[in-house]
Amino acid sequence: MSSQARIRLASTSLLVGFFIAWELICVIFQIRDIVLPRPSQVLMTLWTEAPGIWPHAFQTIYTTMVGFGIGIVAGVLLGVLIGSSKIAYDVAYPLLIGFASIPKVAVVPLLVLWCGAGTAPAIITAAITCLFPIVVNVATGLATTEPELEDVMKTLRATKTDILLNVGLPRAMPYFFASLKVAVTLAFVGTVISETVASNRGIGNLMMIASSRYDVPLVFAGLLILAVMGVALYAAFSIVELRVTGWTRRQDHLSMG
Amino acid sequence: MTAIPRANTFVELQGASVTYGRGERAVTALAPTDLRMEKGDFVALVGPSGCGKSTILKMVSGLLKASSGWVFVAGREVGAEPVRVGMAFQNPTMLPWMRVRDNVLLPLKIVPPFRGEFRAKRNTEFRDRADDLLNQVGLKGFADKYPWELSGGMLQRASLCRALIHDPELLMLDEPFGALDQFTREELWAIMQDLWIARRPTVLLVTHDLKEASYLANRILVMKARPGHVVEDCAVDFPRPRTIDMTYSPDFVALTQRLRELIVSVRPKAEPAA
Repeated sequence: MSSQARIRLASTSLLVGFFIAWELICVIFQIRDIVLPRPSQVLMTLWTEAPGIWPHAFQTIYTTMVGFGIGIVAGVLLGVLIGSSKIAYDVAYPLLIGFASIPKVAVVPLLVLWCGAGTAPAIITAAITCLFPIVVNVATGLATTEPELEDVMKTLRATKTDILLNVGLPRAMPYFFASLKVAVTLAFVGTVISETVASNRGIGNLMMIASSRYDVPLVFAGLLILAVMGVALYAAFSIVELRVTGWTRRQDHLSMG
Repeated sequence: MTAIPRANTFVELQGASVTYGRGERAVTALAPTDLRMEKGDFVALVGPSGCGKSTILKMVSGLLKASSGWVFVAGREVGAEPVRVGMAFQNPTMLPWMRVRDNVLLPLKIVPPFRGEFRAKRNTEFRDRADDLLNQVGLKGFADKYPWELSGGMLQRASLCRALIHDPELLMLDEPFGALDQFTREELWAIMQDLWIARRPTVLLVTHDLKEASYLANRILVMKARPGHVVEDCAVDFPRPRTIDMTYSPDFVALTQRLRELIVSVRPKAEPAA
């Protein structure tokens, strides 16, 4: 365990070192605030502007979580649908990849056209951005169930639903939770993109306005908030993943492979 | 013409064959085969790889449809019959997210009439039933472990428990002892025999091991490949319970020797490697 502690220490000092180096470079080369503000300035801005920033931060996290929630529900349903049969998987996969590879920024104007500016397009953008990794992972988890495991269930005259609930879904759980970590950060990206393009609230909007006023420290304050929220959500879902799918980490010597 | 299953027969194949593919590329895995098994019988299928042993097993358990002919179980066409089937493979296929006991209990969660009572009895009657069975195969105290905490032999014991927990009328064993060391294997033979004597399910065992077939089975079917078919039906009438010492007796050795000669002589001529 001491090696793990050492890694944690190294990773923390890298983080702290990064900000110290940033600060020093700004001071030594006398970089102007409008180009690159010092971290200390960013923190100061964060502190003094907090009452103004807070509602925006709340808006962004709210939009992200709602969009993420919708993305999970839709993603699991689609994933189960596609992963439950080999044929559905093969037929739907090309279409899925096609949709997944459309840059979600390009969809925002369309969403604004349909639902107007504001929270609604942001929620939808968040949902569709995080949808695909969930669909693909759940479908893959289901589609790669060991045939012998299914044979055992079939000889017991298990129904499709029995197999899905007892074998398929539990087996897809590690894939699902691995996708959640990625999906939640993607939902963030979706929200901020939409807020930047068409909203009068949220961190994305705050950064747009700040940059139009050349308030670069405030832009960086926004970035910092996004980074912290993103890391926090990633960490939260990593912990959930560890709790729920701990069994995957200890079965590497198992014959099931 | 509709085939009629014979009375007093639990499992019956009437001209059942299996062909994969179509036209010129069609491969006959099993030529039309007749087979009868009495209720409570213990039949072993032996033969070289690709002789259709597992194909018969899959047809009888309903995993594979016969391309032609009929497969009857308990007097009805397979699949329609309300027969309880247990199955164990060479690979123990435990679900890694469940404790051993819950793995063993899985069939009770699925198979009627147990599935209706599963919620009510899983922590009382069914739990004791699983623990009793685990004790019988020498896994006392391992019920609360996870599969990754057990060795291959222990997993295979648990897999046997899972195949037997719902008191199956038909037990399908597809080389379940194949991946084990000799001592574990012999111990599991003895356990298997005890369980069979106590519960008398109808067993179909697929194996490569002639000693295993002779020790466990009442009847041994020797099969030949390309296309797969049965060439010999040997009765094994050593008294029960059989012991490992018996396997060194002259009669026993003569039997395995005869089986071996049959298989070697029926093996197709070696073809040049592709």
